[in-house]
Amino acid sequence: MAEKISIDAEGLHYTPLNQQIRAAVAAGAKEIVLDNVNGQRFIGNGLRGKDVRITINGVPGGDLGMFMSGPTCIVHANAEHAPGNTMDAGTIYIHGNAGDAVAHSMRGGEVYVKGNIGYRGGIHMKEYQDKKPVLVVGGRTRAFLGEYMAGGLLIVLGRGYTCPVDERGIGTGIHGGEIFIRGEVPEKHLGIGATKKPFTEKERELIRPYIKKYCIEFGIDDPSLFEDEYVRIGPASARPFAGKYTWE
Amino acid sequence: MPIGSTPPKYRVRIDNDRCMLCEQCIENCPYGTFRKEGNKILVNSRACTGCHRCIAMCPRDAIDLEEKPVDYRSHPIWTREAREAIYNQARTGKIILAGMGNILEVPPIFDRLLLDACQVTNPSIDPLREPMELRTYIGKKPSKVEVATKPNGDIELLTHLAPNLKCETPIMIGHMSYGAISLNAQLSLARGAAAQGTFMGTGEGGLHKHLYPYQDHMIVQVASGRFGVDIDYLERGAAIEIKIGQGAKPGIGGHLPGEKVDESVSGTRMIPVSSDAISPAPHHDIYSIEDLAQLVRGLKEATEWKKPVFVKIAAVHNVAAIASGIARSSADAVVIDGFRGGTGAAPRVFRDHVGIPIEAAVAAVDEKLRHHGVRNEVSVIASGGIRDSADVTKTIALGADAVYIGTAALISLGCRVCGSCYRGLCPWGIATQRPDLVARLDPDIMWENVSNLINGWTLEIAELMGAAGINSIESLRGNRDRLRAYMLDENLMEVLDVKTVGAGA
Amino acid sequence: MLSHYTYFADISCLESLKWGKAPFTICGSMCGIISVIDRSGEPMNGSAIKNALSLMNERGNGEGAGYAVYGAYPDYADYYALHLFYDNLVEPKAIVEQELEKWGTIEVSEMIPTSEQPRLRREHIPWRYFYKPYPKSMGTAATEEDILIHIMNKINTEIPGALLFSTGKNIGIFKASGWPEDVAEFYRIQDYEGYQWLAHNRYPTNTSGWWGGAHPFNLLDWTVVHNGEITSYGTNRRYLESFGYKCTMYTDTEVVAYLTDLLARRHALPLELALKALAPPFWDEIDNMPENERQLNTTIRMAYGSALMNGPFAIVVANSEGIAGITDRIKLRPLVAAEAGERLYISSEEAAIRVMEQDLEHIWMPRAGEPVIGRVR
Repeated sequence: MAEKISIDAEGLHYTPLNQQIRAAVAAGAKEIVLDNVNGQRFIGNGLRGKDVRITINGVPGGDLGMFMSGPTCIVHANAEHAPGNTMDAGTIYIHGNAGDAVAHSMRGGEVYVKGNIGYRGGIHMKEYQDKKPVLVVGGRTRAFLGEYMAGGLLIVLGRGYTCPVDERGIGTGIHGGEIFIRGEVPEKHLGIGATKKPFTEKERELIRPYIKKYCIEFGIDDPSLFEDEYVRIGPASARPFAGKYTWE
Repeated sequence: MPIGSTPPKYRVRIDNDRCMLCEQCIENCPYGTFRKEGNKILVNSRACTGCHRCIAMCPRDAIDLEEKPVDYRSHPIWTREAREAIYNQARTGKIILAGMGNILEVPPIFDRLLLDACQVTNPSIDPLREPMELRTYIGKKPSKVEVATKPNGDIELLTHLAPNLKCETPIMIGHMSYGAISLNAQLSLARGAAAQGTFMGTGEGGLHKHLYPYQDHMIVQVASGRFGVDIDYLERGAAIEIKIGQGAKPGIGGHLPGEKVDESVSGTRMIPVSSDAISPAPHHDIYSIEDLAQLVRGLKEATEWKKPVFVKIAAVHNVAAIASGIARSSADAVVIDGFRGGTGAAPRVFRDHVGIPIEAAVAAVDEKLRHHGVRNEVSVIASGGIRDSADVTKTIALGADAVYIGTAALISLGCRVCGSCYRGLCPWGIATQRPDLVARLDPDIMWENVSNLINGWTLEIAELMGAAGINSIESLRGNRDRLRAYMLDENLMEVLDVKTVGAGA
Repeated sequence: MLSHYTYFADISCLESLKWGKAPFTICGSMCGIISVIDRSGEPMNGSAIKNALSLMNERGNGEGAGYAVYGAYPDYADYYALHLFYDNLVEPKAIVEQELEKWGTIEVSEMIPTSEQPRLRREHIPWRYFYKPYPKSMGTAATEEDILIHIMNKINTEIPGALLFSTGKNIGIFKASGWPEDVAEFYRIQDYEGYQWLAHNRYPTNTSGWWGGAHPFNLLDWTVVHNGEITSYGTNRRYLESFGYKCTMYTDTEVVAYLTDLLARRHALPLELALKALAPPFWDEIDNMPENERQLNTTIRMAYGSALMNGPFAIVVANSEGIAGITDRIKLRPLVAAEAGERLYISSEEAAIRVMEQDLEHIWMPRAGEPVIGRVR
């Protein structure tokens, strides 16, 4: 098997498509190019392989890279809902926009979206030891960003927006990890348990490598992304709802 | 707090003539009920939870326990529980959490259903000498089998079976997570289930590596928090279960409080130590039935369609239609959890007032699936308040393929249903992570209790089937003709599709 | 192969309710069955089977007996032979005929010849029609069988004083409450000829006998005689209902006919496999089979677990292409098979077969759950 192979996904159902991808990975392919993708869900679902790159030409269906553990997916189009759902390791680059619940419950790896994302981005991302999920959004997001977040980094670059998350419910129930938003964040948009924290040089250094990866992948040269102030949002406590209950 | 204290729930007394001052009670009670002063054991009854650990361990039967030693003026409406909930909320202004299952004083429908036996017109079957088959396959069955006859007369099978779980008994152990219960409790349950050729659920707490030897007998759960879920976890399980809801608290999520998340629990859940483990109310990638179908297929795709995928829902009013939707989502089994289902902690108002009994839910689901011609497409697993082999038998006759037991399995490990799971100090080593308490439960011994319980019930089911002239569990499933209703109203009998006692065939 | 044509779906025959009888009749532990096929298609008259059935009178109680004969009406082989019980020949008969004429033509309408028997109380008047439905009269998709099913449903649920119990082509069912020889004499069974006979001597247990409850039980081309009690009836019934069958005859025997129809006709399983699904091998036996056989049996059992018939039974099920006998999985009811030349006999007792044929070449007791099948050449 060649290191690089192409698969024509025209009219192909996702199960045989994934079977072909798995077979290619098993045979040692490192570069897999999927042409004519249009709506196939679950691409790379549960796939292992650290140094495998899958290039997706066309719009993939939902749950791209779900449970994926290692590979890199590059989408040259928009993506549907929940790319990176419960992803374990690996990277997803989306050269476009993405739908709702991007990086839902992601526990490791990185998701980069060049443009905008929908509602509930990064909901319930969580980290453990060396696994630290990262979601980077180039443009704006819709409401309920980073709710229930239990770890990891969620970075909104807000390119082209002064208030890139101008909607409610930012970080509701956040009890781990941090959200960084470049631009204004009105206090009223913060959810229960979320609080603004000082943005220092330490944090700037923390997010720098991810912004850099974003710029390299999408070919963007904008020093202000590194120089501007970010609003840092984190948990007020690790027990956001502890005050709500009493015992019988 | 000007109301003062509420009356003690228990009064504990030591019979000093019997007491030999061995201090077992002091050692065994993690709540601090006992202390020694001079030559006497003194008691703080208010600390007692009624867990019976001291009574079980006292070598001289010197401890006496009285429930509700001081009661309120009796009143049929303003019960003690109603009044105390008000005092509690007047004091705190918060949602009341409570442990174990529903405490509403309504009779279980099970107790109003009676089983049949053969007399004269056909022989009962003797399980001692005749084959008696309780083997149950959980998963999708083909609705028809296709074969081709070859020219030489051999028959070629064209239908391929979807993966099924092969259970040697229709009794499985439901999902109780590591975190909610101890690792030793999980180990005992897993080994007991494996010994009986059946299965247990991991709950939403991941799969601890000590359970790997039993992974072929474990159903791994994917709940809304996705704790401990990665591809390795999915591949280890014999089956995967998506938890949508649970009978003790339909419609809401769950929180494992941070104090229960120690080093080890944090490892299997894959979250930081002391962090709350929050399971949101819905799955945020499931807002509709087609989203559920997508998660079912997503899990199957990830595991290359080698694992059956179950979907667990709480028994709610429209359970039949929901189950029917699930049946058409590629799911292999639907788990229905009735309103008597147990829990470590649930809001009291949910535990006692939301959802419907499993008996009615199973009957309605079975009927609906048959009506849509998809009953064969899924197995039905029922749970929520199943106490003995009669309940199991009745559940199957109402239309379930198998049951999950939870509380019953914990009782086999010593649980006294004291309902204080949320305290994290379970003196039986079950609902706790405190190492000294966990060590009280030795899985190398206690797995046999679990195995014995399942074995005993299985033997009893075989006897009940034999008496009814049935030697295969398939012929009991949905066989409501072998049930009669005793003091049930006509509407409920219609839902259950059973006749009254006294009605002939 | 018992395969083509009959269609039982959506049948609804509330015989017993309408006739004011206690619902649900089961054969009970002591019934006698006997069946014979001449595989060359040579006709046999009814005198021998009458004597054979009477030999098993110990197995009955005089409350029901009946005979089915395939090839009964060669002159009207293209017509559906409809046998009915009328309470009187005024009201119900006019309504029935009106209904029949709506959907087709009545070629012959006649009283079934009977002769009074001192021990047999004439509760009903047996009548028969040779009938042909109009093609397409129920829409382009409906078959002749659909029309017959509709008519049967209508008569048996909505027309008081009429019961349609025999609807096959070239098939006659003759049954009543009484001892076998009385029922046989009543209908002059010896005057009929056919290549295939089924007979049943009944000992009803749960209810007293009534004419409609006697066996054989017929629906279009299928006929069943049954000895036993199906303890899985509730399971089987609910299973069948999800395929559109309606079990409303209040007899466990009907599920046999429906299950056979479902598996052998609608699912196109070879008859041997269809019957295997009704009385499958035990799991421990399946587990020890060679791989291919194990796969087949596992699949059959998992797919058709709800079709498994439990409890004691011995049955013979027939259609115009042959007969098949089978017992339950642990052989709680007796069944004997024998061959003599072209003839295959299946009976509850060997002695009954010997009444019909002295010179048997081969006689055996089939293993539990193992079907015995005789097909017309």
